[in-house]
Amino acid sequence: MAIRVEHELHKRRLDRNVGLGLLLAGFVALVLGLTVVKVQSLDDPRQMERFDHVARPALEDAARDQAEESAE
Amino acid sequence: MTDVSQQTIPSHEAKMGDYFALMKPRVMQLVVFTALVGLLVAPVPVHPYIAFVSILCIAVGAGASGALNMWWDADIDAVMKRTQSRPVPSGRVQPGEALGIGLALSGFSVVLLALAANLLAAGLLAFTIFFYAVIYSMWLKRSTPQNIVIGGAAGAFPPMVGWAVATGSIAPESVLMFALIFMWTPPHFWALALFVKSDYGNANVPMLTETHGRRVTRNHILGYTIALAPVALGIGFTSIGGPAYLAVALLLNGWFLKGAVDIWRRDDTASEADGHATEKRVFKISLYYLFGHFGALLLEAILRGQGLGGW
Repeated sequence: MAIRVEHELHKRRLDRNVGLGLLLAGFVALVLGLTVVKVQSLDDPRQMERFDHVARPALEDAARDQAEESAE
Repeated sequence: MTDVSQQTIPSHEAKMGDYFALMKPRVMQLVVFTALVGLLVAPVPVHPYIAFVSILCIAVGAGASGALNMWWDADIDAVMKRTQSRPVPSGRVQPGEALGIGLALSGFSVVLLALAANLLAAGLLAFTIFFYAVIYSMWLKRSTPQNIVIGGAAGAFPPMVGWAVATGSIAPESVLMFALIFMWTPPHFWALALFVKSDYGNANVPMLTETHGRRVTRNHILGYTIALAPVALGIGFTSIGGPAYLAVALLLNGWFLKGAVDIWRRDDTASEADGHATEKRVFKISLYYLFGHFGALLLEAILRGQGLGGW
């Protein structure tokens, strides 16, 4: 008997599997789109820093330099 | 022999469409439309993509409550002609699947709406699902002839959710949109119950037609239609109304009231003689009535955008 890669079950459930795959892909696209829109709608993109709970020394240095420059 | 080989293969493999049918797509149309109007007539503009995701969440939430309803009501759905072919009573979808899909989609829609819009909108959606699945389906539907009066609130929430998506608040306008659907639901469903009378009786659902008789139901249809008119007209004088809405509301209320009077003046002999023609006609009018009012609100919003609508 020839070995069949595709079981009869696969054919029977093709409709469901394709449907579920499309739904999952749609969900990923939906959340990606939502992320893009939410980030773009921030008035100042640097507000993203609010969500970064790690100290960013580079930014602190830049802020100090800027403060010194404006003081001079 | 393994466990797998012992399983009985269902005679009908559920298709994607069967799962979709669990979500009551026809009811969903009304939910999507009224929620969209609630969102668009609100005074705060919403980013189109956020609006799209929010409406999708509301639609999925409504679908989830439909699936939960079909899981709970499978026994009575199997008895009634109108609902016999639904996925669960017909055996195409297992009850457990309907429950799982209902719960999963409820969680998905509420959480995503909270992320996309705000917590108030998500909270209202969660309450709507709870109200429809638990308060209406599990409690009121089988216990009181007032089932659809109070249960109608579940169908009335979507425009309030839409408004909350845009504004993050509840306002008199959104409460009036809620009241419009809330007051409209009883005459709409009782008109239906008058021409599918035997079904609810067979399923032991205490519809007003069964518990208090068809004469009382006809009286109630007229009473609720009269009480509905001031709510519908009242919206015309708020910030979302205007002359165009008021004109449409006057016409539609006149039409619906005439239909309700026609139903009230008839008795069962006359009704059965013409195959419940008037009842069927009024049921159809009630659909035009609701879509007409919300369509007119949308028209007013468009006109306002052009500097024309409103007072």
